[in-house]
Parts: sequence; C-alpha cells; structure tokens
Amino acid sequence: MNEDQLKSLAKEIRQDIFHMISNKGGGHYGGSLSSVEILVSLYHSAMLPNDRFILSKGHAGAGVYAALAESGFLSIDKLKTHYKDGSDLSGHVSHKGIPGVEFSTGSLGHGLPVATGMALAAKINKDEHMVYVLMSDGECDEGSNWEAALFAPHHKLDNLVIIIDRNKLQSIHSTEDTLGLEPFVDKWQAFGWNVIDVDGHDLAQLIKACDSKEKGKPLCIIANTIKGKGVSFMENQVLWHYRSPQDEEFEAAMKELDNA
Amino acid sequence: MRDSFLKKITELAAIDKDVVLLTADLGFGVFENFESKFPGQYFNVGVAEQNMTGLAAGLALEGKKVITYSIGNFPTLRCLEQIRNDGCYHDLNITIVASGGGFSYGALGMSHHATEDIAILRALPAMSVIAPGTVWEAGEATEALIKSNSVGYLRLDKTVADENSTHLFSLGGSIKYRAGKDVTLFTSGGILRDAIQAAELLQEQDIDAGVVSMYSVKPIDKSAIITAANETGGIVTIEEHNLDGGLGSAIAEVCMDNGIMPKVFLRIGLNNRYSSVVGSQDYLKAHYKMDASAIVKRVLELL
Repeated sequence: MNEDQLKSLAKEIRQDIFHMISNKGGGHYGGSLSSVEILVSLYHSAMLPNDRFILSKGHAGAGVYAALAESGFLSIDKLKTHYKDGSDLSGHVSHKGIPGVEFSTGSLGHGLPVATGMALAAKINKDEHMVYVLMSDGECDEGSNWEAALFAPHHKLDNLVIIIDRNKLQSIHSTEDTLGLEPFVDKWQAFGWNVIDVDGHDLAQLIKACDSKEKGKPLCIIANTIKGKGVSFMENQVLWHYRSPQDEEFEAAMKELDNA
Repeated sequence: MRDSFLKKITELAAIDKDVVLLTADLGFGVFENFESKFPGQYFNVGVAEQNMTGLAAGLALEGKKVITYSIGNFPTLRCLEQIRNDGCYHDLNITIVASGGGFSYGALGMSHHATEDIAILRALPAMSVIAPGTVWEAGEATEALIKSNSVGYLRLDKTVADENSTHLFSLGGSIKYRAGKDVTLFTSGGILRDAIQAAELLQEQDIDAGVVSMYSVKPIDKSAIITAANETGGIVTIEEHNLDGGLGSAIAEVCMDNGIMPKVFLRIGLNNRYSSVVGSQDYLKAHYKMDASAIVKRVLELL
C-alpha cells in the first residue's frame, strides 16, 4: 500500500471504531482513536506474515477488531456485534473466536512480559520473526512492565519491538499529573532499549521507526499521539476515555471523520 | 520432594528440548547442574514473578513446556492475575512449582507460610492443583503436569511420608495407603506422614482408620470420596492449609453435590488465621493442632 492508501485505511478504521463503540454505548474512544496510525503501520507495512502482535492496551480492542476486519480476518458485519449480548468481540481484546488475535489482554501490564517470552522463544528456536507490542503510556505505571523492561535488553532481544501510544492522558488526569513518566525517552534508554521518538500519527515516521532496529537491543518506539485523534471535540480531552457521544455529538463526529 | 522434582525435570529436559525452567532467583545450589546441562532451557529471570509468569505464557504460546519455580507464595499469589489471564485463559502448558508448602518455611515468618495457595489456585478454571505426600508422588506429579498441556500447580513440601507405592499416578487420582473401616483420613501434602502416624496410634486403640493421599486437589478423585463416605465410618480431612477453600472444602463439595452425608465429617487445618508464631514445620503443626497426636485426639472425640 502507498501512503495515500494507508491514510484512507486509517480513516475507515476510525469510522469503524466510532460505529462499534457508539453502537452499544461502550468502549474507549480516546485511546482507540489515538492508536489508529500505529495499527495501520504495523498491520499493513511493518509486520511480516510470521510476526507476532500483542495489543497490551486491551481497551483499544475496537481498533484491532476494525483493523483485522479491514484486512479480511473477520467480516465488517461482525464488528456490529462489538459489546453486544452473546458476542465474542469483547470490549478488551480477546483471542477466542477471533482470527488474527494472538493474545487476550484487558488488564494492563501483561502484554510486554508475554511478548518478551515469545521473543525469547524465537531466540531459543533461532526463528527470524519479530514480536510487536502496542502499549499505552498510562500502563507504564504497572511494575510488571519494568520487570520485562529489565529482562529484554539483558537477554539482547532485538526481535522485540514495543510501540507506546504516548497520548499523555490516562483515565482521570494526564500521565504527568498522575504518576509522571518523563523523562520517558531517557527512562527506556537507561533500561538498555533502542528508543525512537516519533509523531504517532505520521505513517511514514512510524514505518521508518519500525525498521530502525539495532543489533542486540530491543526497540522502543514512543509514538506521540493525540487522544481522541480525528474528532476535534474529543482531542486531548480526558472525558472521552470512557464517555459515549450523545446524538448530536455522534453526528458531528461522524461528519468530521467522513470529511477527513 | 524438591530432589525428586529436580531429578524428573532433568530426565524430561534431556529428551525434550521444549522443557524450559524459569526461576525467580531461588534455587541456589539446586539448579546449577540443570543450567549447565541444558543451555536455552534454563533462565533465572531475577526477583520478578509477574514477569516470570508472563514470560512463561509467551514461551508456552510458542510451544514450550514451561516450569516456573520459586518458594512459598511467590510463584502463585504474587502473580495470580498472570496465572489466570495469561496462562489459564490461553490454555497453556505451564507448571507452577512452589517449594515450601504450608509451614515448610515455618521459621521464616508469615510471608513464607503458604497456607491459602490451594484454595486460591483451586478457584481458577483450567487449573490442576497437586500437593504430593511422598517423594514418589512428587516425581510422578512433576511428569504428569509437564505432560498435561495445561496450567498446573505443584506444591512441594519439606515433610514427606515415607511410603512407597505401586499405584498408578494420575491427575485426578488418589492413593489409599491404609485401608480402614471406622473412619477415612484424607490428606493433601506431606501431612500424609502425620495422618499415617495417627492411624497407627488409633489402631492401638482399636480404631481402624484408613488413610488416603488426595495429592490431586483439583481435579479431585470423586469416587474415592464417595466410597469412603458410603463404606467407612466417616471422613476426616487433614491439610496444612487454611480451612476455607482447601482440601476439606473440596471434599465437602463432592459429598453435597452427590447427595451423600458421611456419618461423621471433620476438617483439620489452620482455622482462618495467619501465624505470627514461628518455628519448625513440626512445631507449628503441633501448635495449630494438626500433628499426629492432635489428629488422634480429634478423631477420638468425633467417633
């Protein structure tokens, strides 16, 4: 896909996410919309067929389901069942019954340790594939991540790539007002990671970053994003971590996404 | 028991390169031979049990048969959610091994007393919970869990019953070490030793007590329980564990679910408390009235 096609796909995924979450009034708009370009760059450019992917910020499951549907892993129609009674499209991503999802998450701080184990297995087996993890910045509050952050460089897991959706807002306040993460780049570097800081809505920068591997070091891409990206009144507003738009808000948001 | 576990994993690792042992920095003087023999099959992950269990899940997703090892509550309660979400929900082959069940590390204090582990892990679907009573059972349990292709918990005890067995071991099985018509003593873990001593003391008073090692608390041997309830004078459960949710609870569930009321029923264990008192495993068993003489006394009161 060329960059225009990727941008067009990102637009479709945002529309899908909006329909899915609005459909039953549940889900996480802000953190799903901020991750869209990251998902597009992974699924449609950076990742090879044998590569592994874990969505550690499981609350952005709508984005993964939409990205998988737009790639033909599940039907666009199935997306309409998200959050509904009897559906297997849970609010937090689940692998059961969903082709293309390798690991279920929802509780934060699980994805990186598991991905680290997958990367270790690949090293033991002398396999060539990569393991990618998409994390939230807020979930870096979880200590389990820092246990894995010590482990991966110690074992030179250069087949492991994490992308942190740095939207700077968490559930109630900003990351810096909650449990300050800065200097974030320095922290990961100090732990022994190859760190690249990019604009998380710039597909070219994301794709280039995924390709910037350094021998012997795991790669950490800090993708600076805007929570609620694509809907102006949602952008950078912590309110939309949980809230669902009312009728007029929904119309205005869809109009904006359609015209993007 | 730990030596038996180590011998078994050494045998299995030699014939199956997918057997991988992770330890959270415990096992000084224990794993050196394993480490040198099997590079790529042993990792000391540091004092980091949540990561250890996540790593185990990642390795198991790629086809490894993973053992996570630490002592007391560290490989279980510290990382319970990783066991539940990453291991059990994904149906992975992970064997969680805790050295030091019950009061094995009695002198080290409450942090090292593993007295709720069985109840907590038993509550997880897709989980086997095994507490061997003999060295032989520990070795067999190790092999059965590693070959089970699911998440299992192996609770290794410092106390062991000095018994041999010609029985077959299976997840969901049990072993009757003594037959007896007056009462059946069901045990989990090394406290089997105390139950056998109690049965011998009871024999001197013409009480014919049977002793069954319920090494598999989950899945549990329902038929052994139903037979004991129907055909002997009653059931006494003995465990070095809190009473809530442990072996006694599991056996009571089987009785009620099957509409069977044993003629008498008694649970011996730790009665809803943490121990701030420290001491050897035998000292604490006596202190909390679950050693052989306490078992005899309670059985005599019961019958």
